[in-house]
Amino acid sequence: MSARTRELFALIPASLLVTAGFTAVFVQREDVLTDLSLTYGAIFLGLCFAAHLVLRMTLKEADPYLFPLVAVLACFGLVMIYRLDEELAREQAQWFVVGLGAFAATIVFLRDYRRLENYRYLIAVGSLALLLLPRVPGIGQQTNGAYLGIGLGPVTFQPAEFAKIGVVIFLASYLRDTRQLLVTGGRTVLGIVVPPLKHLGPLLVIWGGSMVLLVFIRDLGSSLMFFGGFLAIIYVATNRLSFPLIGLTMFGIGFWFFASTVGHVQSRIDAWRHPFDQSLFERVGGSEQLAQSLFAQADGGFFGAGFGQAFTTLQGGDIQFLPAAQTDLIYALITNELGLVGACAVLLVYLLIAERGFKVAMLARDSFSKLLATGLTAVFALQVFVIVGGVTKVIPLTGVTLPFVSYGGSSIVANFVLLALLLCVSDKARREIT
Amino acid sequence: MNAPIARLYVLVLVMFAVLIAFTSRWSVFEADALNDNALNRRSVFEEQRIKRGLIRAADGTVLARSVPAQDDTFRRTYPEGGLFSHAIGYSYTTLGRAGLERSRNDDLAGRRGELGSVIDRVIGRDPIGDNVLTTLDPRAQRIALGALNGRKGSVVAIEPSTGAVKVMASTPGFDPRDLRSTKTFERLATDNDNSPLLNRATQAGYPPGSTFKVVTAAAALDSGRFQPNSTIDGNSGKPISGVPLANSGGRDFGPVTLTTALTNSVNTVWADVAEQLGKQTMQKYMKRFGFGEDPPLDYPDGQMLPSGEYVAGRGLVPATSRFVDVGRMAIGQDKLRVTPLQMAMVAAAVANRGRLMRPHLTDRVVDIDGRTVDRIEPEEQARVMSAGNADKLIEMMTNVVREGTGTAAALSGIDVAGKTGTAEIDPSRDINQPWFIGFAPAKNPKIAIAVTIERTTGGQGGVVAAPIAKQVMESLLNG
Repeated sequence: MSARTRELFALIPASLLVTAGFTAVFVQREDVLTDLSLTYGAIFLGLCFAAHLVLRMTLKEADPYLFPLVAVLACFGLVMIYRLDEELAREQAQWFVVGLGAFAATIVFLRDYRRLENYRYLIAVGSLALLLLPRVPGIGQQTNGAYLGIGLGPVTFQPAEFAKIGVVIFLASYLRDTRQLLVTGGRTVLGIVVPPLKHLGPLLVIWGGSMVLLVFIRDLGSSLMFFGGFLAIIYVATNRLSFPLIGLTMFGIGFWFFASTVGHVQSRIDAWRHPFDQSLFERVGGSEQLAQSLFAQADGGFFGAGFGQAFTTLQGGDIQFLPAAQTDLIYALITNELGLVGACAVLLVYLLIAERGFKVAMLARDSFSKLLATGLTAVFALQVFVIVGGVTKVIPLTGVTLPFVSYGGSSIVANFVLLALLLCVSDKARREIT
Repeated sequence: MNAPIARLYVLVLVMFAVLIAFTSRWSVFEADALNDNALNRRSVFEEQRIKRGLIRAADGTVLARSVPAQDDTFRRTYPEGGLFSHAIGYSYTTLGRAGLERSRNDDLAGRRGELGSVIDRVIGRDPIGDNVLTTLDPRAQRIALGALNGRKGSVVAIEPSTGAVKVMASTPGFDPRDLRSTKTFERLATDNDNSPLLNRATQAGYPPGSTFKVVTAAAALDSGRFQPNSTIDGNSGKPISGVPLANSGGRDFGPVTLTTALTNSVNTVWADVAEQLGKQTMQKYMKRFGFGEDPPLDYPDGQMLPSGEYVAGRGLVPATSRFVDVGRMAIGQDKLRVTPLQMAMVAAAVANRGRLMRPHLTDRVVDIDGRTVDRIEPEEQARVMSAGNADKLIEMMTNVVREGTGTAAALSGIDVAGKTGTAEIDPSRDINQPWFIGFAPAKNPKIAIAVTIERTTGGQGGVVAAPIAKQVMESLLNG
């Protein structure tokens, strides 16, 4: 069976899932059981089939499991959002179509993704510019003290979602060139390989950049995601544990410094440490979101309260149980309604995607492809860790989306582009093997 | 480069394992603590989603029901208003719960153990509450409230053979429907002159006056030391605990039998009897009657007061305490504070030939399909005295209503047994606490009752309280 045929069959469970999900929502609302859920399932299957055809024509050998796994997540997110708000789900479905468009466009135009290397500095500068856009007066928007989005007319847009891809491309390309120099040119001090200063420079720039993110954009989550992705790439490029360790230490020092000086970061950490403190709970932008997230998970228990059973809002929105349930706290909502079992299932899908992503990196033959696939996968996995870790109080809660599941156009479109790039790398790698 | 990629994947695995560990921590291991967290308002709203069961009177009258409110929630309403306000209580999200609404919450909210609710959860069904059928009699309650006529006081009526509480009146009361306004609740809760939210039947500690002589008489007869015809000097001014004790109106009775001493409520005789019996014996019989602890009523602990001797700074003490003047306690003075419910239990125990039955407000719990889930069977709380000795006391108490201080409680054609009481609250201004306890018919008692009214100017138990008891008993016996 060819890779593409396996992909096609793997899409069927995804479509069944979306059908079953909508059916569950309808049944729960005690509406008459209509064939609407079947219609939604059919449309979803049709869209996936269209994307599959694009893959079949262009990337014959690409990994067959990545796309169906993502489809499962996307349809799952769609059902969850539909259960919260039909209007939001309709918008999300539209973004899903746009995302598939971007996915197809990326595949068609960037099939030879190594051309990206020619524009690496342009991409780097562009990414940084994107990151800083939210601070531009007039279009920048502030939520909860962090500058995360920009408004362009009716559309709000989170540039960090796209910048993460650009930064990974730049790093993969840059480190492919310098990785040997970083390893061989270094001196050993106290048993640790310290790279020569001139090559350390750009890395310091990255460190500085993530610190700027932390302070200027006040986005702890993205900062962690970028820097983590950077460390993953540099570790794979050099195979020296000392680099990520030095980087982590530097990040820790910077984080500690800004945590004690920048009010926004500080209050996030206070909320993280003491979510049930009465005064923090009542403060605007305080710990209520995290506390409610934990309460929702407790309400879910092992098997969950059932689809549509969780408290989200009451009395026409006057009482909010899960602030930002459709974005930041969607994982808490999943745990609430589907329990620990459902939450683990979702995490397992992400793990499988990460596994396929790293597999792509291992199969790739050239350094750039390897580093690119590693970086994209690492950033993707880190994003899941940052938001789920925030929601479960592993780390301070920050406003990052759960890829493909959370409501949000930028997130869906950017992650489809990320997926397209991974598939391009995969296709090339597998062609070279056979 | 593949080795570091593999290690990176292992790192991702570890990180996700941490996520699963933390999700388990919140959703399973620490879930109970989170659910109980004061900041977590889920349980409050969760309960609003439950359609609580009805509370019905003995005749089926609906006393409390849940009606649909917004967002698939329910809200409580009380069709009979303030008729049984204290007994039934209330259940509101803003205020919490009181009365039967509180003590029977698990039944009303449909909580039948862990397994049942787990099954409900799995099949996604909101639990439906069971209905509670009470022992309360609306007709007699209405008569009791009417007879109290706005005065501060209480009437409690119990079926002696079962302990079923038929009447639990406390005035002033409130309409539970008004409490939905927090402002009204605040006003009523801080009205210390009238204390309308206080259930005087179970929470108010009053000096019992001469009604307590029934307890003393029970101890005297059942201890075997005295008989109804035992003769004791009944002159006024006998020294009790070294201090002269006066009879009502300073009257000298001379040597009288115990029967006469009860009929005419002779203080000096009963004080003498108690001094002879001693504190130990008095304590033994008081304990059997239920003094010294919350009554075993299906009612919230916080809304019940144990009856007994209260010493300033020490609270409730047993009759054996050195602070107790046993002679004066025996006639309902000293530091006694008793509830109307306790005195109704005293009357009921005697009426049931010495067997005190556990008082209860609930007759049975019935599920939504009409099946009885739980029936409250009559249960003996204590064997207070032998049936033979109880018969002697019944005869003595019958005399009180036939020819003594309690004639105002007499019913035509039915023998009533009883005892009046008039506790002096402020002798200088002639302010009393009148009492009547009793039961009827004396030969085969169907109802036992306690009536008291707060701070009545010049009021005597036989004049003020006995007629109220008569009306309520009449209603219950004819019903």
